[in-house]
Amino acid sequence: MATRSIGQLSPFNVVALTLGLAFLYLPIAILVIYSFNASRLVNVWGGWSTRWYAELMNDQAMLAAAGMSFRVAAVSATAATILGTLAALALSRGERFRGRTLFSGMLYAPLVMPEVITGLSLLLLFVAVQTERGFWTVTIAHTTLTMCFVAVVVQSRLGSIDRSLEEAAMDLGCPPAKAFLYVTLPIILPAVIAGWLLAFTLSLDDLVIASFTTGPGSSTLPIRIYSEVRLGVKPQINAICTLIVAAIAVVIVSASLIAKMSSIRGESAAPL
Amino acid sequence: MDAESPKPEAMPVAATADAPLLRISSLTKRFAGYVAVDNLSLDIHAGEFFALLGPSGCGKTTLLRMIAGFETPDSGEILLNGDNIVNALPHQRPFNMMFQNYALFPHLTVEGNIAFGLKRLGMHASDVKDVVAQMLALVQLEGLGKRRPDQLSGGQRQRVALARSLALRPKILLLDEPMAALDKKLRESTQRELLELQRKLNMTFIIVTHDQDEAMTVADRIGVMDHGRLEQVAPPRQLYEAPRSRWVAEFVGDVNVFEGKMTGEEQGRVMVETRDAGTIIVPKPQGADDGKTLCVAIRPEKIKVSQRGPVNDLGGSAAINRLAGVVADVGYLGNATVYSVKLDAGAMLRASVSNTTRLDADSYQIGQRVVAWFVPADCMVLEQ
Repeated sequence: MATRSIGQLSPFNVVALTLGLAFLYLPIAILVIYSFNASRLVNVWGGWSTRWYAELMNDQAMLAAAGMSFRVAAVSATAATILGTLAALALSRGERFRGRTLFSGMLYAPLVMPEVITGLSLLLLFVAVQTERGFWTVTIAHTTLTMCFVAVVVQSRLGSIDRSLEEAAMDLGCPPAKAFLYVTLPIILPAVIAGWLLAFTLSLDDLVIASFTTGPGSSTLPIRIYSEVRLGVKPQINAICTLIVAAIAVVIVSASLIAKMSSIRGESAAPL
Repeated sequence: MDAESPKPEAMPVAATADAPLLRISSLTKRFAGYVAVDNLSLDIHAGEFFALLGPSGCGKTTLLRMIAGFETPDSGEILLNGDNIVNALPHQRPFNMMFQNYALFPHLTVEGNIAFGLKRLGMHASDVKDVVAQMLALVQLEGLGKRRPDQLSGGQRQRVALARSLALRPKILLLDEPMAALDKKLRESTQRELLELQRKLNMTFIIVTHDQDEAMTVADRIGVMDHGRLEQVAPPRQLYEAPRSRWVAEFVGDVNVFEGKMTGEEQGRVMVETRDAGTIIVPKPQGADDGKTLCVAIRPEKIKVSQRGPVNDLGGSAAINRLAGVVADVGYLGNATVYSVKLDAGAMLRASVSNTTRLDADSYQIGQRVVAWFVPADCMVLEQ
């Protein structure tokens, strides 16, 4: 397939592409540019500077919130990936059981459930069992939220795998558990990784559920940013948001590079 | 090869002809609402190339999957050398299966696919390498070992699947419609290669197919299945020339069938008065009585077509059936021409005439009066 350069696209496509990208990325670009603003006032350009990044490094509360957010995201994404993958396996590979359709539908309900309701019900649960709210309650809440996203992603990949591949593995000497390990898991691995990344980003992004389930002294980054912004937008906020955008961009680019590298390596030589 | 062979047992040989390698006994499998395999019994002997032939939905694939261990029968036994293996899991059975869609592992190379089963046995890496190289040579895929399945053609994938299932030297190789995805020319050459391979390795193959030409080409014995039952188990020639029932005769090859009643007997032959093709003389069937309803079946290539028919009964030694009619349709197939003859008695009869010369001296036109004739010995008398 011949790849065209942008200049060869039709005028309509060029306009559509430009408008679409501008709509998506212009706000982010403005955020990034203003994070390098020397002026204290957010809406006045005072020349280039990195002073807000330096000040950010001294903002212990903000850094603590960022650390908390990344820890919550990493733990909850990992837990959600394990649980979500197991749920997807049970739904697409298990014996047909009574109420399977209901179970399948219930798994997807959190996808469309308003976050306020999820957050509130989790809060009521944590209050009912008298748990001290903090890191673990937020992590559990985020696992609940993101697990169904992982399940959806993994289940669609599982659905595209031919059942006879697992049968072939068993036929060639694998007990069922090893057939999963040697054949099914390597094939669904890209979806599992994508599910983890999705869960991680969703957790990092969440404000509503975290607000309900967190306790005093353990704010996540979105909660911290939101509470600061209520008192007026400080340039440090622009700086930390720019850092988050950069971090996410690095993760996504490296993930797609890894995917590309592994497919190139597969073409030339793969280990036996 | 034998020194590194993953299964230390000697290759099965056809020495003990009476004891079957695999005995299937009263096997039944029901799925919701219907019986896929119905109280089926079958013996497979060592070194045999056995074909399960039948229309789709007849239960042949279910039977193969029960032998492989992917389906559990509701009742019955599967005995391998006398041991019941009906409860063994697929990985515990010394059989390998070649899947219809090949089921090659997409995340592994050709070598990785072939080595998969060997590695599960804990075989030493250098031995694995040797066996993989042997298998690649066996299926003539040397040099393609580093490729991925999606970089291969359909025929190459089929060979990889074959090499993978042979690498473990299974006691029985199970083939589920292995050539369904290949085009006709490739299928024919692959059938020949499969047959050569089976003879060279002296292995036992069970193939499932709906293609009767394929079954006839490769198999020593064919089991024809319908509705979960074996209609007939016989070598190809017997299946074609002496089918046990009307259904088998009609399923295997083309056939003209006329229903009728027995009316008389002379010199080991009987007369059958058919409903719509006049009286036909046939060899006397066993246990035949006057007045019994029978089916007379005759293959199209056994029927000759001419303008007048033969002169006499060849000195009275062979009564000849002559059926007069009008050519209703001519189908030219290249190697043969199929004439549909509307008999004066009412039935439609198909006769296949080999085109043995380039001249069309023997051809007949639509509307032309002809006599279709055949000797009684070529008629098959079947139960309804």
